[in-house]
Amino acid sequence: MRTVRVSIIGFGAVGQGVANVLIDKKKYLEDIGLEFKVVAIADSRTAVIDPDGVDLVSVVNRKKTEGTVGDDKLTGLEIIETIDHEVVVETTPTNIVTGGAGLHNMLMAFKKGRDLVTSNKGPLAMKYGELIEAADASGSKFRFEATVGGAMPVLNLARDVLAGNTITNVEGIFNGTCNYILTRMMEEQAPYEQMLAEAQELGYAETDPTYDVEGIDTACKLVILANCVFGMNATHEDVTVTGITKITPEALMLAQNDGYVIKLIGEVNDSRINVAPKLVPIDHPLAVGGSLNVASVQTDLAGPITVTGRGAGSVETASAILSDMISIYRE
Amino acid sequence: MRVSMDIELKDIPGQLLLALRPVSEFKGNLISVVHHHEKRTPRGTIPVQVVFETKPDKLNDIIASLEESDISIVRIDEKRYFEHGAVILIGHIVHTDIQDTIDSIDNTGYAEIVDLNLSMPKINMPSSASLKIDAVSKEHLAQAIDILKDIAKKKDLLVIEPIKSELGAI
Repeated sequence: MRTVRVSIIGFGAVGQGVANVLIDKKKYLEDIGLEFKVVAIADSRTAVIDPDGVDLVSVVNRKKTEGTVGDDKLTGLEIIETIDHEVVVETTPTNIVTGGAGLHNMLMAFKKGRDLVTSNKGPLAMKYGELIEAADASGSKFRFEATVGGAMPVLNLARDVLAGNTITNVEGIFNGTCNYILTRMMEEQAPYEQMLAEAQELGYAETDPTYDVEGIDTACKLVILANCVFGMNATHEDVTVTGITKITPEALMLAQNDGYVIKLIGEVNDSRINVAPKLVPIDHPLAVGGSLNVASVQTDLAGPITVTGRGAGSVETASAILSDMISIYRE
Repeated sequence: MRVSMDIELKDIPGQLLLALRPVSEFKGNLISVVHHHEKRTPRGTIPVQVVFETKPDKLNDIIASLEESDISIVRIDEKRYFEHGAVILIGHIVHTDIQDTIDSIDNTGYAEIVDLNLSMPKINMPSSASLKIDAVSKEHLAQAIDILKDIAKKKDLLVIEPIKSELGAI
């Protein structure tokens, strides 16, 4: 049995999801010879630390009832710096302007030689090159499948599963909020504003939806894809972006009469990184509805490979994080 | 563009080669050759149907070359526009001179707007239109859409084009 000491930095929906899957999958992990022992958890205000292993069930409950994880006042950054452990699970909120606390957390993890698994797009979309360099310099393993498409495997698919293939193009739907709004606009023949309001009511869209509906979130994911899969050194300023706010129900109807749906499509290849609403034939694999994500990877040997799945959600995102953690430590 | 051609060959050796050589000389791509040996004409010639793809400006050279070799051409059926594409426009489409927008594609010589559906919900609200574009090749279709995107930018219209794999550009 290999015991790996873990810190969870950031305890919102995704951080709690990670705690829950570690509880649920304890037996599964034991069967493959792994024990992930969480020795520290931090949210934005409090922390809980126990070198013998934090009781995850009671921390999750405390977070639910009291809104805090513990009584300790150590910050995430201090935990990464001072508490002995192997892997940092970085699930703090994304900040695409500065990289936010996540960037400092990641750089500290590498400075201390710790491995890192994250769902936090911001730092990767801002400072990809710097982070990879820091990880390489300290020999740290750095995995971030959860940053692109949530549960839907894209990065590891392109990098590991399709090894040997040259990837020539990736296009897909990388934002569930936009997909939901466009799908509902078509179903109800209703204007954008009305379906945005519905999405907000159902919790699919933030109060300030700019980040999603203007295509910025998709752009960040494309930057990570471009860097990770195409070896570029791009930032989100290299992406041409058009959002969905100008789409009319009439346009969706006209498209439908011609056999198309309109989707917010992100596209990466050697020559460009682009986010824009596009026409997708109704019977095309990219024409998925609801809040699903989908990606079609064009390869030289295997042809097109298309994957679809849930792009967000607590447990779904935690699934991608757990799979990254296992892939680092499984013999 | 794709050209279907009925020709008649004399029933002597080497005629078929003579008939096909101009297609390859002018960088055409042969699609099919059907040799109707059993349907000999009263003139004693053999009807042959040839289908090939070629650049539009090379067709006259191919025809001239065939005539030079004394091969009689009975019928030429050219399908000039071989590719079909659709785009959606959103914005003040009519007030920004729709005729000018259409002309910009029609004047290329390699693409045309062949269908337009317009939806104008309310005065002063953005309209939506679906356009069908026919073009001589995939490359020309992509070029026509690029021209449309340039114009749309100047006129503050949103262009929604088909996904890349649909345009066949991969």
